Amino acid sequence: MDPSRPQLPKTPTGIYGLDEITGGGLPTGRPTLICGDAGCGKTLMSMEFLVRGATRFNEPGVFMAFEETAQELTQNVASLGFDLTALVAQGQLALDFVYLEPSEIEETGEFDLGGLFVRLGYAIDKIGAKRVVLDTIETLFAGLPNPLILRAELRRLFRWLKDKGVTAIITGERGEGQLTRQGLEEYVSDCVIVLDHRPVNLISTRRLRVVKYRGSTHGTNEYPFLIDEDGISVLPITSLGLDHHVSTQRVSTGVPRLDAMLAGAGFYRGTSVLASGTAGTGKTSLAGHFAAAACARGERVLYFAFEESPNQIVRNMGSIGIDLGRWVAQGLLQFQAVRPTFAGLELHLTTMHKAIDRFKPQIVVVDPLNSFISAGNETEVKAMLIRLVDYLKMNEITGFFTSLTTGGSALDHTDAAISSLIDTWLLLVAVEAGGERNRALSILKSRGMAHSNQTREFLITNAGVEVRDVYAGPGGVLTGSARLAQEAQERADDLVRRQDIDRRQRELERKRAALEAQIAALRLDFAAQEADALALIERERAREAQLEQERKDMAWSRKADAATATPTAMEGAQ
Amino acid sequence: MPTENPPTPPPTTADPRLDQPAQTYVLRLYVTGVTPKSTRAIANIKTICEEHLQGRYRLEVIDLYQQPQLAHGEQIIAAPTLIKELPLPLRRIIGDLSSTERVLVGLDLRRHG
Repeated sequence: MDPSRPQLPKTPTGIYGLDEITGGGLPTGRPTLICGDAGCGKTLMSMEFLVRGATRFNEPGVFMAFEETAQELTQNVASLGFDLTALVAQGQLALDFVYLEPSEIEETGEFDLGGLFVRLGYAIDKIGAKRVVLDTIETLFAGLPNPLILRAELRRLFRWLKDKGVTAIITGERGEGQLTRQGLEEYVSDCVIVLDHRPVNLISTRRLRVVKYRGSTHGTNEYPFLIDEDGISVLPITSLGLDHHVSTQRVSTGVPRLDAMLAGAGFYRGTSVLASGTAGTGKTSLAGHFAAAACARGERVLYFAFEESPNQIVRNMGSIGIDLGRWVAQGLLQFQAVRPTFAGLELHLTTMHKAIDRFKPQIVVVDPLNSFISAGNETEVKAMLIRLVDYLKMNEITGFFTSLTTGGSALDHTDAAISSLIDTWLLLVAVEAGGERNRALSILKSRGMAHSNQTREFLITNAGVEVRDVYAGPGGVLTGSARLAQEAQERADDLVRRQDIDRRQRELERKRAALEAQIAALRLDFAAQEADALALIERERAREAQLEQERKDMAWSRKADAATATPTAMEGAQ
Repeated sequence: MPTENPPTPPPTTADPRLDQPAQTYVLRLYVTGVTPKSTRAIANIKTICEEHLQGRYRLEVIDLYQQPQLAHGEQIIAAPTLIKELPLPLRRIIGDLSSTERVLVGLDLRRHG
C-alpha cells in the first residue's frame, strides 16, 4: 500500500494474520460485524480483540455478553491464556453480562433500550474504553418483544457507538439467506467479517472472509484460521513475490557420495529438496541422514512426520546407525507428528507455520508430503505446498520433502504436481530383477549445479545409507546380487582371458625357440657344407698349383721353348 | 388484550389467588431522564398503584442517568423498566405502562388471559 496516501484509521486487532488481511486492523471508531454459525469462534475472536487491545495497545475494552456470564467467559478463555480477572482488576477490561429472561418480562407499552445505553456508556466511561464488543446482540430479539422497536434501537445504538468513537465488534449468528438472523448487516455496514466452520471430506476447517470493508482494500479470499492455545491465527494466503534472498551456501546431504553427485557439496541452503520414490525405497532414511547431518553441524531441524510416530522414526533410524534420539534430547531436532487426516490442509499449514515460527529451524523435513492428498484435493494441496515452500524459502530454510509415488504411475510424477516448486529432486527407484528388489538413486534435477547424471545403487546398511556405482554394461543396468554376480562373472572372464593371453605368449615363445633352433641347425649344416666346399676348393687350387709346378718342372727338364709351346702344351695337358 | 374479566376494579382485591391481601408491594421504576415515555410511565404506575394497591406498596422512581451503575446491577436493558421485587417472583415490566391490563398481569394482580 502506498503510505503517502491517507488511509482509513485502523485499530490493530493483535490477532495473528488478521491485521495483514485487513491491512492494519478494524476500522477505528466504527462497528464491525462478525457473523457465523454457532461454534465458529465469534466470541473468541472478539474476546481476543479486547485482550490484545488491553495488553498490547493499551486500549481498554468493554465486553457486553448476552449469552455467557462473566464467570463462564473467564473460564472459557482461560485455556487460551487470557486472564480476564486480572485485566478486570487492572481496569483494562469490563465484563457485563446482560441477563434476559423472557418469562420475567412483560411488555406494557412503548419502550427503548435506554438501560442498555446507560450501562454501556457507564462501562465505557469508567475504564476509558476504546474497544467494545457486543456478543451476541441478536439475543435481544429473543428476549424482548417488539422487533420493530429493537431494530430502531439497534440502529440508534450503532450510531451512538460511532459517536462515542469506540471501535466495536458486534457478533451475530448466521441466518437463512442472509449473514445474520436479524439482518444486522444492514446496520453495521463498515466492516463485515464472516466466520465459517464447515467440513469438507469429513475434515472441518475454520475459515474467515472479509465480506466488506468500506473505505479500505482488503483480502477477499477465504482464509483458514486456527484456534489453539495461543488464541486465533489467521493464515494469509500471501501473494509472495519470488524475490527472496538466495544463498550460495551449501548443505551436506549427510551421505558423502550423494554430496559428490551434487557437484561435490550437497544442496543449496534455502532450497527445496524432494526425494520421491515408491514404497520402501529409502526416502525416510535419506531424510534421517540429512537431519542427523544438520544436527551434527549444530543446526535446528523440525521434522514433520505424517505417517510414523517420532519414536518409531528414532528406532528405525537407530537400526541403520543414525542416532536421532541424541539430537532430540539436545533440543536440536523436534518432531511434529500428526495424522494428515487429523485436520484440514490449512490447519496443517497454520500449525506448521506456527511450529516453524516457534522453533526457528534451519531445516524442515516433511515426511511424506503427499499424505496430504488424503486430506484434500490436488489443487488445494498444491496451493498449500506452494505456500509452504514459499514460506520456507522466505525464511531461508532448507525444505526436505519426501513423496511417495504410487505404483503404476510415472516415476517422475508427483501426486501434488509440485515438481516445478522443487529445486533438487532425488529419484529413488526399486529395481526388481532376479528375485530381488534393489534400490537405485538418481538426480532428476538440481537447479544451479552440475550434478551427476548417473544412476547409483542405493544401499541401506546398518551403518547408514551408502551410494554405490551400479553395473552399467552391455547386460543393462544391474543392481544388488545381480550386480555382484555380474561382477564375479566379469572377474572370472577376466581371469580366463588373462590365462589365454599367457598361454598364447608361451606358445609364441616356444615357436620362436623352435624356429631359432631350426635356424641354428640350418646354419650349422650350412657351415659344414661351406667348410667342405672351401676345403675342396683349397684342395683343387693346391692341385692346380701342383700341376703348374710340375709342368714348369717338366719344361725346364725338357729345355723347351717356353714362350710358344706353353699354351698348347697346357691344353694338351688337360 | 381481551380477557375474560372485564376491566372492573373491585374484583382485583378479591382475587382468590391473592390470599394475602396485606402483602406489601415493593416496586422500582427505572427511567432514563425526563422523556415523554418516562413521564407517561411515572403517571401510569402511580395511577395503577393508587387504584389497585392503595396503602400497601412502596414505589421508587430512579433515573439511570443519575445512578448509571444501577443499570448493571439491576440488569436493566429497556427503559422504562418497572421491577416488582416483592412479592416474589421477581418481574420486569417494560414499556411506558400504558397497557394497564398487562401491567396488572405483570404485577400478578390478574391472571394471564
